[in-house]
Amino acid sequence: MTDATRESAPAGGGKLAEAVKESAMAALLAFVLTSLMLGVRTVDAPGGLGLQYRWHLVIGAMVIVFVGRLLLKLFWWKEDGGAPAAVGAASGRFATLTEPLRKFAAPALVIFAFVLPFLPIADRQIIDIGILVLTYVLLGWGLNVVVGLAGLLDLGYVAFYAVGAYSYALLATHFGLSFWTVLPLAGILAAMWGMILGFPVLRLRGDYLAIVTLAFGEIIRVILLNWVEVTKGPDGISGIPRPSFFGLEFKRFGENTFHNFFGIEYSSMHRIIFLYYIILVLAMITNYVTMRLRRLPVGRAWEAMREDEIACRALGINTTNTKLTAFAIGAFFGGLGGSFFATRQGFISPESFTFIESAIILAIVVLGGMGSQFGVAVAAIAMIGGFELLRNMDWVKGFVESTFGIENFDPNEYRMLIFGLLMVVIMVWKPRGFVGTRMPTIFLGKERKAISGDLVKEGEG
Amino acid sequence: MEYFLQQLINGLTLGSIYGLIAIGYTMVYGIIGMINFAHGDIFMIGAFISLIAFLILMSLGLTFIPLALLIVLIVAMIVTSAYGWTVERLAYRPLRESFRLAPLITAIGMSIFLQNYVQIAQGARVKPLQPVITGGYTIMEKNGFTVQISNIQILIMVLTVALMAIFSWVIAKTPLGRAQRACEQDRVMASLLGVNVDRTISLTFVIGAALAAVAGLMFLLYYGVIDFYIGFIAGIKAFTAAVLGGIGSLPGAMLGGLIIGLIETFWSAYFTIEYKDVAAFSMLAIVLIFLPSGLLGKPEVEKV
Repeated sequence: MTDATRESAPAGGGKLAEAVKESAMAALLAFVLTSLMLGVRTVDAPGGLGLQYRWHLVIGAMVIVFVGRLLLKLFWWKEDGGAPAAVGAASGRFATLTEPLRKFAAPALVIFAFVLPFLPIADRQIIDIGILVLTYVLLGWGLNVVVGLAGLLDLGYVAFYAVGAYSYALLATHFGLSFWTVLPLAGILAAMWGMILGFPVLRLRGDYLAIVTLAFGEIIRVILLNWVEVTKGPDGISGIPRPSFFGLEFKRFGENTFHNFFGIEYSSMHRIIFLYYIILVLAMITNYVTMRLRRLPVGRAWEAMREDEIACRALGINTTNTKLTAFAIGAFFGGLGGSFFATRQGFISPESFTFIESAIILAIVVLGGMGSQFGVAVAAIAMIGGFELLRNMDWVKGFVESTFGIENFDPNEYRMLIFGLLMVVIMVWKPRGFVGTRMPTIFLGKERKAISGDLVKEGEG
Repeated sequence: MEYFLQQLINGLTLGSIYGLIAIGYTMVYGIIGMINFAHGDIFMIGAFISLIAFLILMSLGLTFIPLALLIVLIVAMIVTSAYGWTVERLAYRPLRESFRLAPLITAIGMSIFLQNYVQIAQGARVKPLQPVITGGYTIMEKNGFTVQISNIQILIMVLTVALMAIFSWVIAKTPLGRAQRACEQDRVMASLLGVNVDRTISLTFVIGAALAAVAGLMFLLYYGVIDFYIGFIAGIKAFTAAVLGGIGSLPGAMLGGLIIGLIETFWSAYFTIEYKDVAAFSMLAIVLIFLPSGLLGKPEVEKV
């Protein structure tokens, strides 16, 4: 896709020669990039830093780049540099083929989620992963209101998650309030913070907004870290109470316990399954509320604002209120997720609320196709589930260690690397999201095609 | 007063480093209107390349420090520029005609990728370097408190001023600078008039990355420790500097960098060191709310 390829390439052998030349250039670039960074490793040595040379990695990177570029050039890219039209057509055909399936996919997924704990495959680990995935589904849906529906890029979403978590942790440990009392309170507190943080940034355009929200997220984290009298700083808050089932606790001993009341054998699984259903119901509520909101005037206004803010203002929509409600509602769900996180872990510290958390949630929304509820859920399952799989992949470790001769290979280290790369690749390949599409909910008459999101470039972030 | 003077010198040094990074943000924003979120990590890569190149030269037995630093500077600028160029080529160019948030999202992905790439390649521990440039001058001495300016501080400030002068000249007088300003105003029209837009944008990224590499080397020499995470915070602060000075304006970026450096240093000196990041970030929010076009920027006209 360089400038050279844009010019019409000579046919036949000339093309191969050109491809080889280009690939050689790419390999040379790879050499420049990797020679110092990958080829030399600084290691701790007596009296400062020592060096360790690893030229095989540089050569490996060059070979991969050369071959990859050559194959792409010969078989994938068209003369003008784009991906072959067949791919676009194929994915279009795929979309029409799966259209009827899509109708059933979402209900099937929900039913599966509800019966999962009773399936024979469900052991403790599966349920734990399920809880984690559902937490991210909830957060993804919450952020989807802000980013997907209202089109406001929020890079500090984790701040509201933190507000929710700390609200529950502090209220429960200091005042002894129960999870069910604090849950709505935490949501409202987070929503209030959403308004407070949203208010100053209303006038800002899309990308400025992103940086300011990012800065706000960092401010909240720094305060949590340093306000030791209240938050106990980096030590975090431990001993956060677990939720109860209508006053019944999930303990092995005691009067009011779940297994005593129902006269069943004690099992530590009860609490896990209970937590699983809490987060499932919370996520379902989030989904339901969002779906309903999309049909209300405010939801329509969000989508209109996402497509074109100037037109929105020209039509008399109060963009200030529209943005603030989006921030507040998104933050509310973030707060719910946060207090669930606190009660599940029993321990929270500022370390759980770093920027990378915001980035993961944002990636879920983006890869799911901003605005699509189903897409966000699928993206959360794929990404979080994928991370967990990577954590448990011993065969990858063995494979890489024996094939490439790298010692102490830990696939888990590559989690974020792959994640960052995926964000770039999917965005470049399918900017409108991998799973869903983001059409506005309503259309004027039959002009669905004419104003679909794919054809319109946004004026505003 | 002596304490104030000392902090002023420290703040100006820090501000020079921020200013050099901020130029990269401001030039890219000026020409394609996107926040290059990965620029902070390009700065971090510059610092790492400098460290590695310096250690290699030392292990080869080059002990004449000025020559070694000159070679390190050139190598770091070249390699870091290659990173800047590659990032633009792979992550931003394909999305140039896409919707506004798309390149910002790939930029975040790129930033995460680069951080983890360096972490895996070089390890997560902090990398210390013994002081390379030592010595300094005592400016004044009163009541037992000495105000000092070290050689490294002088080097940082002189180098920054020199680079500023060179790049202001490049933007104002050379064909490349003219092409950049043309692309800034109207990309389509510039390409119709024979400006190679792709090449100009690539060169903008290369220049920004080269300056970030200089900042990386200065950071390494000044603080003596680096890790893979330095780019994130420094990046946000440099961006704040670019916004404060008026995004798109080269002298503005430098001015903004100095102001942010001074705010941070004085905040740490007179209030609490823990909340210095909060001070810098709050500054960003305040500036954007009350002075969206910055100190030296042109007010932006919304085009429909």
